[in-house]
Amino acid sequence: MERIPILQMGRSLLVTIQVDLQDQTALALQDDLADRIANTGANGVLIDISALEIVDSFIGRMLAGISGITRVLDATTVVVGMQPAVAITLVELGLSLEGVRTALNVERGMAMLRTAFEEDDVDAAS
Amino acid sequence: MTQPPSGSMPIRAEADIVMSRQQVRKLTQQLKFSLVDQTKMITAARELSRNTLVYGGSGDMRWETLTAGARVGLRLAFEDKGPGIADLELALTDGWTSGKGMGVGLSGSRRLVNEFDIQTAVGEGTCVTITRWK
Repeated sequence: MERIPILQMGRSLLVTIQVDLQDQTALALQDDLADRIANTGANGVLIDISALEIVDSFIGRMLAGISGITRVLDATTVVVGMQPAVAITLVELGLSLEGVRTALNVERGMAMLRTAFEEDDVDAAS
Repeated sequence: MTQPPSGSMPIRAEADIVMSRQQVRKLTQQLKFSLVDQTKMITAARELSRNTLVYGGSGDMRWETLTAGARVGLRLAFEDKGPGIADLELALTDGWTSGKGMGVGLSGSRRLVNEFDIQTAVGEGTCVTITRWK
């Protein structure tokens, strides 16, 4: 089975979804990310979906699932790079990705994670 | 490569869902659908082909390109010989799910297309037909 690589950069894990996701691959990514967060203590996950031509309800559920799992493991997930046509379709389909943080591109997503880390650090220090 | 104006392909395994999505993309590109319309049709096809596999067990996707005067369109039918849907009205309700999904597959696909038809009989199967005009 195909597996999606997870890269680590500082306190963040980076995932770029480029393949046409099959259901099993999507589920494996959820598990792999949870393991990697537990093993590395990463506080952020950035998922780049700019190469995805469509996001259907299954992938939408996967993104929501990853956001929820990582939150419980004390990490923030940001989904970046959604194509405009995908966003239009997703909302019409009835999915608003509630609870999923999004950013327009990788740069803004990383900035969002940095802000989340700083807030965490302030909380930890006080 | 030019696709024939009508045809069918099996949906028996997960890899077939990917194949059907690629086929729908080729067809919508050939008909010169806008990117948003392509995305809507491909997404609806993906939802319905997954339903065919997950709930129907297996089935087929049939496609037909349509011409009506100056308009062109694409019609897709997803047919299975599965258990059928006992309460169609309920199945078409937003948020209702038999437990495996998010409850947007049928109701959401309907919003992504221009025409939507569903024929189902308990114990005989289900056929969902969608049409999108350019």
